Amino acid sequence: MNNRVINWFKFSSPQTFYPLAGKLIPWFWALTAAFGLAGLYVGFFVAPTDAQQGEGYRIIFIHVPASWMSMFLYLVMAFWAALGLGFNTRLSGMMASALAPTGALMAFLSLWTGALWGKPMWGTWWVWDARLTSELILFFLYLGFIALQSAIDDARRADKAGAVLALVGVVNIPIIYFSVKWWNTLHQGASVSLTKSPSMAQTMLWGMLLMALAFWMYSIAVSLTRVRAIILERERHAGWVEELSEVKPS
Amino acid sequence: MNWGSASEFFAMGGHAFYVWGAFGACALLMIVEPILARRRRSNALDELRREMRARKESNE
Repeated sequence: MNNRVINWFKFSSPQTFYPLAGKLIPWFWALTAAFGLAGLYVGFFVAPTDAQQGEGYRIIFIHVPASWMSMFLYLVMAFWAALGLGFNTRLSGMMASALAPTGALMAFLSLWTGALWGKPMWGTWWVWDARLTSELILFFLYLGFIALQSAIDDARRADKAGAVLALVGVVNIPIIYFSVKWWNTLHQGASVSLTKSPSMAQTMLWGMLLMALAFWMYSIAVSLTRVRAIILERERHAGWVEELSEVKPS
Repeated sequence: MNWGSASEFFAMGGHAFYVWGAFGACALLMIVEPILARRRRSNALDELRREMRARKESNE
């Protein structure tokens, strides 16, 4: 049988990762569309009207996936940043930089959809409650990471500075996640938890999970597109870049 | 099926502004972000070609 060992370090070089990412991107877009359409169908046409919140609750189908992704992407970004600091691999820093704008977008969407949900249900767009405030801090951490990196001309030094910021900010993630347990918040508790069965209708849960998968695939597709741009920007003096078919003058 | 008609669907039980405001912003950003990411790559490629041409000319 095929028990060939994959050499993962091979993919940590920008030269091998660049074409690989290019091949993967269309597949992740296809998965985004498939999960997204399925999720929207379930979310709007299968999931029943909520007894308390009427149709307004349907915001959950983007609010929860965006919030999950905003936290998850931060952890992935911090992971790459740490790897870059520890092993000094070139690609790690590029991955961290490529993830930051998408993470910021997810954090923004989480806050935006939350405000539009809070207004009809709580009667207010915003409250300074622990969950909302810590998510806002997450948004600012992403923006701070991007601003810090763009303020430093030398890419390797920008990676290092960004990595330190990203790692310090990791402490905010458990705060967001557990805020609804630790403090008395206006925000409702977790709809889905690992320890008890979800407190929502099956079809609502399915819609939410499908949308979460769609957001996940979207994030991968768009970050791979961005990391390819970053590779070209940073490796433009490397010989392999000039050999690329898309660079050759037509 | 939750909706009797298309207008009922778009009304979202009186929450149209909030539901479509949320989904609309999400759709808009998820269309714009990939376009910006792709543009960044094609800008990088343009820059690269320009540099290569300049180098070639200075060699000749």
